[in-house]
Amino acid sequence: MIPELGHFALILALLVALAQGTLPLIGAAVGTPRLMAIARPAARAQALLVAFAFGCLAWSFISNDFSVQNVAANSNSELPLQYRVAATWGSHEGSLLLWTLMLGGWSFAVTLFSRNLPQQMVARVLSVMGLISVGFLLFLLLTSNPFDRLMPPAAEGRDLNPLLQDPGMVFHPPLLYMGYVGFSVAFSFALAALLGGRLDATWARWSRPWTTIAWSFLTIGIALGSGWAYYTLGWGGWWFWDPVENASFMPWLVGTALIHSLAVTEKRGAFKSWTVLLAIVAFSLSLLGTFLVRSGVLTSVHAFATDPARGVFILVFLAIVVGGSLALFAWRASSVGLGGAFGVVSRESMLLANNILLIVAMASVLLGTLYPLFLDALNLGKISVGPPYFDAVFFPLMAPAAFLMGVGPVARWNQAPLPEIWTRLRWALGVAAVTALILPFVLGRWSPLIAFGLFLALWIFTSTAAGLRARLINSRRGNLFAALGANSPSYYGMLLAHIGVGVFVVGVTLVKGYEVERDVRLDVGGSAAVGDYEFKFLGVKPGPGPNYRALTGTVEVRKDGQLVQTLQPEKRIYNASGQAMTIAAIDTRVHGDIYVSLGEPVAAGEDVTGPWSVRIYLKPFIDWIWMGAFLMALGGFIAVSDRRYRLAVTRKATVPAGGAGMPAGAD
Amino acid sequence: MKPRARRFAWIAAGLAALGIAAALVLNAFQSNLVFFFTPSQVAAKEAPQGRAFRIGGMVETGSLVREPNTLTVRFRVTDTAQTIPVTYTGLLPDLFKEGKGVVAQGSVGPDGVFHATEVLAKHDENYMPPEAKAAIDTAQKGMSMKSLQAPRTGAR
Repeated sequence: MIPELGHFALILALLVALAQGTLPLIGAAVGTPRLMAIARPAARAQALLVAFAFGCLAWSFISNDFSVQNVAANSNSELPLQYRVAATWGSHEGSLLLWTLMLGGWSFAVTLFSRNLPQQMVARVLSVMGLISVGFLLFLLLTSNPFDRLMPPAAEGRDLNPLLQDPGMVFHPPLLYMGYVGFSVAFSFALAALLGGRLDATWARWSRPWTTIAWSFLTIGIALGSGWAYYTLGWGGWWFWDPVENASFMPWLVGTALIHSLAVTEKRGAFKSWTVLLAIVAFSLSLLGTFLVRSGVLTSVHAFATDPARGVFILVFLAIVVGGSLALFAWRASSVGLGGAFGVVSRESMLLANNILLIVAMASVLLGTLYPLFLDALNLGKISVGPPYFDAVFFPLMAPAAFLMGVGPVARWNQAPLPEIWTRLRWALGVAAVTALILPFVLGRWSPLIAFGLFLALWIFTSTAAGLRARLINSRRGNLFAALGANSPSYYGMLLAHIGVGVFVVGVTLVKGYEVERDVRLDVGGSAAVGDYEFKFLGVKPGPGPNYRALTGTVEVRKDGQLVQTLQPEKRIYNASGQAMTIAAIDTRVHGDIYVSLGEPVAAGEDVTGPWSVRIYLKPFIDWIWMGAFLMALGGFIAVSDRRYRLAVTRKATVPAGGAGMPAGAD
Repeated sequence: MKPRARRFAWIAAGLAALGIAAALVLNAFQSNLVFFFTPSQVAAKEAPQGRAFRIGGMVETGSLVREPNTLTVRFRVTDTAQTIPVTYTGLLPDLFKEGKGVVAQGSVGPDGVFHATEVLAKHDENYMPPEAKAAIDTAQKGMSMKSLQAPRTGAR
């Protein structure tokens, strides 16, 4: 009964979404307030209906209703409760329902926080979101119904993939989807602006907080996914340039370009068409990412063809959204205008350069991700594009972007005299360069790449500090706290996010430069020396788990004869699927991780109590990678808390005309 | 320089930088493509010598041998028509099993043995890595053309 209620709610949601997607749009075009007024209640009703359907599916998982095919395929009565909840979005169908739920949630949020917006704008934004929702609900109902029944019901479920039975995987998909779907708000605002032919600083001020929040969620989502790969895949890597990862990274790159471009549109009225285009591209890539991961196209292009309904629907939907919005852009972009002019050396030009670098980086990731799929689809052979390609392309593109991050915030808008920038930053540059040259000697080994990476990170720190100092002096307040308080939260948010990038760069540089990876064979009681540490293997003992059998190894880690830590890596064999999983044991410190994971028994007859192969990794500063990502996201949230986003925007927005010479406009 | 000429120079410099970036990207792309070959293709010497490529197929049952006191393993990869001996030093992934699908990256040495630098088995238990399945399907198709009663023993 409950699954049928959920199914029914989805059908109702589709009808409401159709009304939400068409009537207010017509109302806005012909100027009928009564039709436009439908947008808000319709969006709320739709969100509640989808939430109800999602609740029904979650209930089916929690109550182990194996008569629902989706539950029987992805859950098991032994599965602990938190993973039964997470299994709701563990499958193709469930994750698409989660996507639609997020879209409903964002729409609901728009209805709440749009009281200061003109009615036409609200009507258009919510209509576009309604139309996206129509697409997803149709896809769910026609090809991927999560409530399909199984006749006869299964006695037991096939279990959730053990790789997904992990706390990281409980939170990763919802946060990632919050980010993906959040870009739909920026997209809808962009389309609404194109439709209305009005795009000014006020429009940018409305779009900015939504985009920044979405970007922050996406950042955390990607970081959680990376962390999960690090400790569950058992290889100690944090990024593999896997198509699944690239699918989430491409919208992030464009989203990063978008939040910077929006800043220019708000502050200077420039980059208008470019900003709109970025909003369209960011959301299109979010859609592409969802479908790449969820359609099975990555497992095999030909698996796609075995279920033509899904494949054709996805391609048609993508073509409508991307093609339609780009056509609208081509048709209406001239009404939006290019925006103001700016000097060759100015904050605008540096932000533009950063935007272009980010877009080129995205394009190169896109090439490496899609090209093998195209070849395969056309039966031209199977190839793979490995991490060396992405490394070779990505880091040279991002290095100048990181350098510009230091210069941009201290450069003036419109026209930035180079001598002034030099005066401001020469100390920052000197300190960063000298420290970066010396630091690798202290850390143990000097190499040009380590020194360069450290230089970029230190440059971000020192130039940020120099920029803050210039601001505090310029504010001419008597005491430090008053001067600090004179800056807006969005300025501090930016500083924090930039520092996050620096922290991230430190992590990447030091892990790449100083990591030690050793695969060793260890007898019971035997030991291995890796780096400064001595690892003593005390053997493996079997034991029970909630829904698996575990083999737990014990490894004592000593430094100079002193016991540092006892690590207990595990090997699990899940009861329902018989699948094996490696759980690494990690000792986490600020300056790095000690990572131990079990390989396999190597004695004759695979005797588990005998010698094992063991991975021993030292990963210096690896946690800085995720810490950096969290700082970036935190910076985003702080930026959004700025009061000016909540002010009533009734007065006519004007581009600040006299502010050209003010260096104090970094936010 | 006049402002207009200067702007032109900047735009030209920008385009040149973009062009260089594109050239670097495409060059890196060219040199980092990893091609895939089936054991039959490797046996027919179609695979490149001295360049890394991927092979896929099934781990032949009973072929896995561990060298004592090291982490070196030997096994054979088969597409049911041809088999290729493989050697690998390191830890095998959780899903590596005899009779199951596998994809390995490496190169063929002068001894005819495939020296794997990486063994991949990232798929879940239910299905094969797509490359491994494709290798077996192709070989099966080839054999059923020769004889209509070709044994259909390929795991799928």
